[in-house]
Amino acid sequence: MGIWDYQVVAAILFMIGVLGVLTRRNIIVMFMCIELMLNAANLSLISFSRLWGNLDGQIFVFMVIVVAAVEVAVGLAIMISLVRNRDTVNIEDTSLLKW
Amino acid sequence: MEQILFYVFSGLAILSAIGLLVNVRNTVNAALSLVVCMLSLAVLFIMLHAEFVGVLQVMVYAGAIVVLFLFVVMLLNLRGGNMGAESQPVLKLVGGAVAVGATVKLATLLDRPLKPWADIDPEFGTVAHIGRVFYTDYMLAFQVAGVLLLAGIVAAVILAKREID
Repeated sequence: MGIWDYQVVAAILFMIGVLGVLTRRNIIVMFMCIELMLNAANLSLISFSRLWGNLDGQIFVFMVIVVAAVEVAVGLAIMISLVRNRDTVNIEDTSLLKW
Repeated sequence: MEQILFYVFSGLAILSAIGLLVNVRNTVNAALSLVVCMLSLAVLFIMLHAEFVGVLQVMVYAGAIVVLFLFVVMLLNLRGGNMGAESQPVLKLVGGAVAVGATVKLATLLDRPLKPWADIDPEFGTVAHIGRVFYTDYMLAFQVAGVLLLAGIVAAVILAKREID
């Protein structure tokens, strides 16, 4: 298994995440798709870290995981207050800041 | 052996990601397919000699982040009515075309003789190795990550509180 196989898996997972953000309208599922994209980027970073035998990629993945954890905590808190105020998880219903 | 593991777990990751994408009825099932995807990716990480990150993936992603998702889904008690409509078929078609095209482009971009895996010592990616690098070269980043986590905790508590006194 070379670097190519891992990069293709990462690309497919990333594009599934992009597709989810583009097509789904449920804000929680869109959020999960963002997590999926972060994971695909992590796989890419880890495989390149293994390719060069350099640990910096893994350090970067650690940072991505930290940011993802903070993002989920804050994002889900925003979602809770959104549902409490608007009673919806559909992104189309909260379009006040859309152009 | 390595090939079999790679194909099984990358296939599992992609299939569960597709399951997350196409599941429009039930958000709990979507979160559970996300767990399967994270765990398969953890296996791939460990195959790439990133043992510490693989364990971190299981603990933080599958253990904390998805549990938080499930907790919020159950707390909000979303049922058919307030789930909201899905997007138009046109948008789905355009999104699908963009995703497939970009994947093919990314795959062909790297389709050339590539560098083979580097020789690594057996210590690569272990907790001791990562810890040594973290506490020397990346000390500032490590501290900033801690401050970021603190800010996240405070923000989540403030945002999810019912009202500010």
